[in-house]
Amino acid sequence: MTLNGEQALGLLATMWRIRLFEERVGQLKRADEVFGLIHLSVGQEGVAAGSAPSCATTTPSTRATARTATPSRRAPRSTGHGRADGQGRRALPGARRSMHLVDVEHGFMGATGVVGGNIPIALGSALAARLAGTDSVAVVFFGDGAVQAGHFNETVNLATLWGLPLIMVCENNGFAEFTPRSAHTNVERVSDVVAPYELERETVDGNDITAVWKTFGKYLKAARKGGGPFLLECLTHRLRGHYEGDPASTARRSPPRTGRRRTRSCASSATA
Amino acid sequence: MDQVINEGPRFRAMSGGQVTVPIVLKAGYGFTAGWAGQHTGTIGALFMGVPGLKVVVPSTAADAKGLMATAIRDDNPVVYMHHYLLTLEHGEVPDGEHLVPFGEAAIRREGGDVTIVATGWTVDRALGAAEQLASEGVEAEVIDPRTLNPLDTKTIFESVEKTGRLVLVDQATRHASASTVIAGEVAEHAFSALKAPIVQVTGLDATIPYSEPLEAYVLPNDEKIVTAVQQVLGSAPVTA
Repeated sequence: MTLNGEQALGLLATMWRIRLFEERVGQLKRADEVFGLIHLSVGQEGVAAGSAPSCATTTPSTRATARTATPSRRAPRSTGHGRADGQGRRALPGARRSMHLVDVEHGFMGATGVVGGNIPIALGSALAARLAGTDSVAVVFFGDGAVQAGHFNETVNLATLWGLPLIMVCENNGFAEFTPRSAHTNVERVSDVVAPYELERETVDGNDITAVWKTFGKYLKAARKGGGPFLLECLTHRLRGHYEGDPASTARRSPPRTGRRRTRSCASSATA
Repeated sequence: MDQVINEGPRFRAMSGGQVTVPIVLKAGYGFTAGWAGQHTGTIGALFMGVPGLKVVVPSTAADAKGLMATAIRDDNPVVYMHHYLLTLEHGEVPDGEHLVPFGEAAIRREGGDVTIVATGWTVDRALGAAEQLASEGVEAEVIDPRTLNPLDTKTIFESVEKTGRLVLVDQATRHASASTVIAGEVAEHAFSALKAPIVQVTGLDATIPYSEPLEAYVLPNDEKIVTAVQQVLGSAPVTA
């Protein structure tokens, strides 16, 4: 499948919407007008934009960093906005802020504050889809740090054992909170971590929106037809810290030593 | 454990009710009988304080059925702790639909001299102690909370108002025990009814040994409960 002009513009618009929303939240946070932990994904918009819009609202998805998912899934803007600052123009039920956005109506089953905590839950969604006999697909987003959690391994094991309709999208930005990947594992590529399970997987440049869009679309189509699970590793780069105001982001002057050539952010390069 | 403590019980509240998590987590606990350190833990009270988690601890066959039925019907996460030794015992079980509501303690034995609150496997230890005490002219009231969360403090307070003396029994270690929670509630809300300090008979803060006499040393038993009752009655010295 190839992107036509209109689709490409749509993806670009999505990336910019995410970027503008997140920059605004960051501004509000630095001005102390937003309460609580804020984790931005500035620089990683390509992954969300390349995947989430393809999902119909019947595709349950969960992610560990929620804000990009909401603007990219076209949930009402006030959903993301109102919850980010916790005050919002509408009174929002539930104890939600940016770590815990949930919008079941639009298929967004929720974000968790626990690294990788959503991965077994997504497995449950996939199993439910299989048991209910629907063509629903569960999509879960997580970072490369979550891959070393034991329950990631358990999820991949059961998903491959039962052939469940689960697409695991890993945003590999080389950092688990403040820890570079090389400091906590010998295996550089997430797709190599899951190799023994022999599931279909690919590593793409997360900043190449076309690549993300193509591969995700391929997996989604196959999963709807009974295939799965799949793992899509997107190599990307975060431009801010782990959370807004953390020591790493406030002290950083030079690019982090990820051993990766620093590329222009996906939103800028897609515009060019 | 993340799924049990941090994900399952939290999402209903965090999603503003968009998501319910109807799940029963059934787990055996507290083995004794020489199954040693890693099979004998009694950790129901660890879950007591987790918001969104309900904790049930049946002590009879009938309650095992009734509490499980209610747990399944509940749309929320329920931790169902069944003591391994109790699975070897028999009792009357009602046929057909049998539901035991959560938050309702059962008074296993009525008495006016002392209130004994016991959970799970220790309920029978308390009843054994009560028989022994009865032969000494002391009538104990034995209460089985059945559910740790929600906890039926009302029944416990009413009993303490009546007897003025409280002994709490739990197999768990002292500092992760439901009895310590109950002691705190009674001390705060029914203090004026107490005629003596509360005494707790819990497992010691130790890994359960393999050796039979050492296992018995660490765990509650009938004799320890009798001694505790004598302490609150003032007929035996309180150990330091």
